[in-house]
Amino acid sequence: MLENFVETRGLVRTFGKKNDVVKALDGVSISIREGEIFGLLGPNGAGKTTIIKILTTLLLPTSGEAYVGGFSVVKEANKVRNIINLVSGGETPGYGILTVSENLWFFSQLYGLPSSVAKEKIKRLTVDLDFKKYATTRMAKLSTGFKQRMSLARGLLNDPKMLFLDEPTLGLDVLTAKRLRTYVIDWAKREKKGTVLLTTHYMAEADEMCDRVAIINNGKILACDSPTALKENLKATPIAKIDVSSIQADFSFIQKMRGVVGCSETRSIQTGVTSLKVMAQNEKVFSDIMSKLNEEKLKVLSINETEPTLEDVYIRLVGKGFEQAEEKANA
Amino acid sequence: MLDNLVLNLRVAYARLWVRVKGGNREPEWLVAEMFIPVLTLSAYVFMYRMLHAPPEFTGFVVIGGTMIAFWVNVLWNMSAQFYWEKETGNLEIYLVAPISRMAILLGMALGGFVNTTLRAVAILAAGILIFQVPFSLSEPVTALLMFFLTIVALYALGMLFASLFLLYGREAWHTANLFQEPVYFLSGSYFPTSSLPFFLQLLASFIPLTFGLDGIRQVVILNKGIADVWLNVLVLVVFIFVLLPLSKVALNYMENLGKKEGRLTLRWQ
Repeated sequence: MLENFVETRGLVRTFGKKNDVVKALDGVSISIREGEIFGLLGPNGAGKTTIIKILTTLLLPTSGEAYVGGFSVVKEANKVRNIINLVSGGETPGYGILTVSENLWFFSQLYGLPSSVAKEKIKRLTVDLDFKKYATTRMAKLSTGFKQRMSLARGLLNDPKMLFLDEPTLGLDVLTAKRLRTYVIDWAKREKKGTVLLTTHYMAEADEMCDRVAIINNGKILACDSPTALKENLKATPIAKIDVSSIQADFSFIQKMRGVVGCSETRSIQTGVTSLKVMAQNEKVFSDIMSKLNEEKLKVLSINETEPTLEDVYIRLVGKGFEQAEEKANA
Repeated sequence: MLDNLVLNLRVAYARLWVRVKGGNREPEWLVAEMFIPVLTLSAYVFMYRMLHAPPEFTGFVVIGGTMIAFWVNVLWNMSAQFYWEKETGNLEIYLVAPISRMAILLGMALGGFVNTTLRAVAILAAGILIFQVPFSLSEPVTALLMFFLTIVALYALGMLFASLFLLYGREAWHTANLFQEPVYFLSGSYFPTSSLPFFLQLLASFIPLTFGLDGIRQVVILNKGIADVWLNVLVLVVFIFVLLPLSKVALNYMENLGKKEGRLTLRWQ
């Protein structure tokens, strides 16, 4: 048994040419233990998918090393491919004109499964993932949620030792997302079938599923530990959620105030409320913020102290929330 | 080694199955794919008849129209298929699996061949029934050999083109567009290439379909034998032996380049 089923050392990946080089990964080193559900948490553009693409042999690193199951993803790509599978959210590989069972049978052949074994597995997976009644439905007629169930079933057909899940619940309704999360946890933990690398930008998903989480931003790993340990480190930092009745105002002044460690904002068009999550060096800072908001004639609806979440860990490390990081990356 | 061969044969069969099953699940396509080529070749037949060309020309046109179905299949349903596989996310799944990319292409080629043969036979039958083509065939084995070699050479060319689609998107699409009509013209689909000027004949000699069509017409319409078409056979064999390994090398090269440049699974390019 390998201690670290996945290992990367100083992984660097750049895109573009001489005058326009973007560094997607900047010296990423992670180790994933066998049987673990490991999460990569970061905003869009942080480098999560780039890591997955390198580990699944779809992309070469610019420098550094990466191993899956003890095999180099560069030099022993085919050995790596024998033990992995990949499921990406928001994507539904397959042929719309074929039925769910036909598609799954086709994908099972990519791993050389004898037809009788494949058909048995397909039957079991469609039952386990609650979509047996759609087994004879053409893929094109499935809803997004059932297409994603089919994708997950496809990813498990070859009994991978290492399953890569790239934003697997992207765009899914709450119930379907919950169903898929529970199934993956059971698969990896209860049945001990394999190791999982999950990328997500849903904090709750990482919190619920992962044994350990690495927080990534701008291609760098900022922290790596269990969700509980990561949150534990914030116990001494006061955090408050402040709801303000405006979605137009510029709140960037809060970030610049003395004693503010980090601040994220979520604007809701439906309610017209902006929720600010502020992390401060001490509680006195919150009264300064309230005064400043009053000065700016912004109506505060509520202020509550909150328990730390993984989002707060990210804010503590980066100084802002995911949404602001994504806005900056897209600017 | 044997396990690997069995795996890749399974993959080829599965991809063939997808192509045949998918291709025939919507029968309205069959009508369009058979009816339109018959219309095109009818125009040429009527023109030759109006010009009082020898009756063999009708046979040339019908054979040309039949073989063109394979060229269209190679270009759009095989080479360009990688473009669609990329857009739908299937290519990523192929590349993550421990299989040869050639096995996927072989499956596509065989599946395309099965589907197109059904259409080609229908076009041929319609041509024979409507235009009373004067066939004169004494060496059916030679005719089959010519047909087989032409098809293998054509699909090998398709595999080579597929490597372009592995990396490029719309650019490869334009390239395929650029090839379609010139190949119709240069390979002499609707007329004998001997009527072309020398430099165009030279250009046409780089297309396997030119030699295949010429050979099949000689055997099937002009009642010639292996002694008359041995050069066509030889050239097609050379095409096959060059194109197949070249397509494997090109696929590997493009895949590595794609992995290096990060363009292998890049969409909407």
